[in-house]
Amino acid sequence: MKRRLLLLLLPLCFLGLALFFYKGLSLDPSQRDSALMERPFPSFEAVTLRDEHQRVDQTLLEGEVTLVNVWGEWCPACKQEMPQLLELADHDVRMMGVNYRDIREKGLAFLNEFGDPFEANIFDPQGELGFDLGVYGAPETFIVDANGVIRYHHKGYISPDDVRERILPEVEKWR
Amino acid sequence: MALMRAVAAMLIMIVASSAAAGGIELRQFDDPVMQARYHDLTAAMRCPLCENQAIGDSNAPIAADMRDRVYQLLQEGRSDIEIVDYMVQRFGEYILYNPRLENRTYLLWGLPIALVMLGALVVLLMIRARRNASSKALSAEERQRVEALINRKRPS
Repeated sequence: MKRRLLLLLLPLCFLGLALFFYKGLSLDPSQRDSALMERPFPSFEAVTLRDEHQRVDQTLLEGEVTLVNVWGEWCPACKQEMPQLLELADHDVRMMGVNYRDIREKGLAFLNEFGDPFEANIFDPQGELGFDLGVYGAPETFIVDANGVIRYHHKGYISPDDVRERILPEVEKWR
Repeated sequence: MALMRAVAAMLIMIVASSAAAGGIELRQFDDPVMQARYHDLTAAMRCPLCENQAIGDSNAPIAADMRDRVYQLLQEGRSDIEIVDYMVQRFGEYILYNPRLENRTYLLWGLPIALVMLGALVVLLMIRARRNASSKALSAEERQRVEALINRKRPS
């Protein structure tokens, strides 16, 4: 009897490991959380895209829940995402852009062509703020609460469904 | 003419060598220790964008940024641990090829050791069981029965 149980142990171990690996291997490695979740927005000093003399820093994001969108003129998905960002601005979400690894003229032309839902755009031509944010592509979107703490991170394109199902509920949650 | 030919040959060599390097810049350090540390650090961190490449091995823009930063931090005299921490703070534990030993990773590091120990235990038990079995002598009654079976004449 004891021997029978011991024999049963082996297939059970196998099954356990198989389930564990099945679950682990079916995870999508690109859908991982930002390392900055629940941490303060990194400090920075920069100028804005529209005015090269206007200096801004991390206090720009404090006081109200803010959606920070990292974009660049070179990024095709950012163009497709713009209607959704304009919709979010219509819902009175405070929007801040980070113009990431871009050229000022191109960034401004982008806003003229596709619309500008942003209260301001942080100009980040060398990608320094992007680096501190752990950004490795665009678009990426963060929701920062009134105390300047990062509460939500969306990697990649925001679809119209994402606006309703993820972004707006998250903004409400932290208001 | 000979000079032009030499220049052309040199240009071809430069182009060929940069093509072979796949767009990854070469960094020269005066200090060979620094060079080795740079090499080890860029080989030990995963590129966040291209999952199966180290940052020292990838020409993704973010990998180039990270190599730049590793280089800067080395020049500033930061230690290897500080540099790795700096990157993990921004890009997460995900970039470490060698995950750290902490609550979340005990299972990962412990399971292989636990399995080896379990295997050793099973082997030990099997050896002991076998030894006990072979050293067990036959009882008088059993011996008699064996003798009887051996000596039994087949009915012909």
